[in-house]
Amino acid sequence: MRSPLSALFWRELRIARSVGGGGAMSLVFFLILVSLTPFAIGPDLNLLSRIGPAILWIAALLATLLGLDRLFQVDADDGSLDLLLTASTPLELIVVVKCVAHWIATALPLVIASPLLGLTLAMEPTSLAGISLSLLAGTPALTMLGAIGAALTAGLRRGGLLMAVLILPLTTPVLIFGVSSAAAATGGTVPFHIPMLILSGLSLASLAGAPFAAAAALRARDA
Amino acid sequence: MNQAFTLTSLLARGLCVDRGGRTIVKNINFDLRAGEALVALGRNGAGKSTLLRAIAGFLPLSGGQLTHTGGEVEISLPELCHYVGHADGLKSALTAAENLAFWAHMLTRSNDASSPELALQRVGLKRLAEFPVAYLSAGQKRRVALARLFMAPRPLWILDEPATALDVASQQVLAQAFAEHRAAGGMIIAATHAPLGLIDATTLDLGSTPSNLGGNA
Repeated sequence: MRSPLSALFWRELRIARSVGGGGAMSLVFFLILVSLTPFAIGPDLNLLSRIGPAILWIAALLATLLGLDRLFQVDADDGSLDLLLTASTPLELIVVVKCVAHWIATALPLVIASPLLGLTLAMEPTSLAGISLSLLAGTPALTMLGAIGAALTAGLRRGGLLMAVLILPLTTPVLIFGVSSAAAATGGTVPFHIPMLILSGLSLASLAGAPFAAAAALRARDA
Repeated sequence: MNQAFTLTSLLARGLCVDRGGRTIVKNINFDLRAGEALVALGRNGAGKSTLLRAIAGFLPLSGGQLTHTGGEVEISLPELCHYVGHADGLKSALTAAENLAFWAHMLTRSNDASSPELALQRVGLKRLAEFPVAYLSAGQKRRVALARLFMAPRPLWILDEPATALDVASQQVLAQAFAEHRAAGGMIIAATHAPLGLIDATTLDLGSTPSNLGGNA
């Protein structure tokens, strides 16, 4: 028999992949945002390759936020959240599993698509590798921090904007070190591993702390 | 459903629940022993759902005590109860059987869950087991939600208007399930406007307004 957490994980993945589940929405938004940029900036390849990492990171940040407001709201609306509170599994672990499934369904496709889209921004191969690695290390922090905002706004209609306002200040360090590690891959004064280590640290710290904050917000949702 | 449950009594003393700064439920007392049922009555807005959600642990108590006794007192009350509320807790993209199998995994402590097919057969929906829940009617969704009660054995059933949208045959199935659950030593707390077929149930009248409450044992 499956454990409760693996049952939850596979359920979340199946729902994200089903029609209307929102799994593909982040990726499509990411594709639109990045592929429109060269048209807006014009055919200046030097400029494009210099701002490419920043464009990809901003697009990834916004695309991640786009799907996150539904993370707990759907469960709150259809009553699943109440039932999850009566499960024997701690709510903190449920939050972690939902975030991992959400990351795999929405952020991992962005990591995989980013080198392909980087080509349209005239980025060099080392820079492409750098942006993929920095997104891989940094997007877990975006998902976990976003889970706090999603939990706080789970009971609200149209909570997406409020969630973005709450969460964007917290995600600014992730954006700064994400772009700087992608830029460090092509040279510069800072070795590549330093911003990458800070980025990984941000992800690990949010993975350790955010589940408790999100679970507390979900428990206090109704009171 | 034949094993004896470990929850032997549930005692409420002076329960109060606040929502949004207003006291909605005030000074509720009841004693519930194994095999007994409690029916909360009252007009719309009297606080029935609030009381049930507080007993299930979704809302904090602003006053009073809720204690349970039994063999496994270290287990918290929410983990001993099934809650069936207005929202069905079903994912419309998944089939009825998948929804039930998921809740069986989440709500059981050990391997004593029954199969989704058996539970769906009890509520007369076996042939719709592989249908996505999105295609089911309101009454059929409610029956799938009620089938959750048979998936994982838990001693306390907390039911918020369980008979909503049910046809007469399903109401009889439900009444029979109630009788079996109580015979096995389970407890039921229900809020309802329609008769549920609960024999010898204690009634708890929540009155018409939140300020006019008479606790009743």
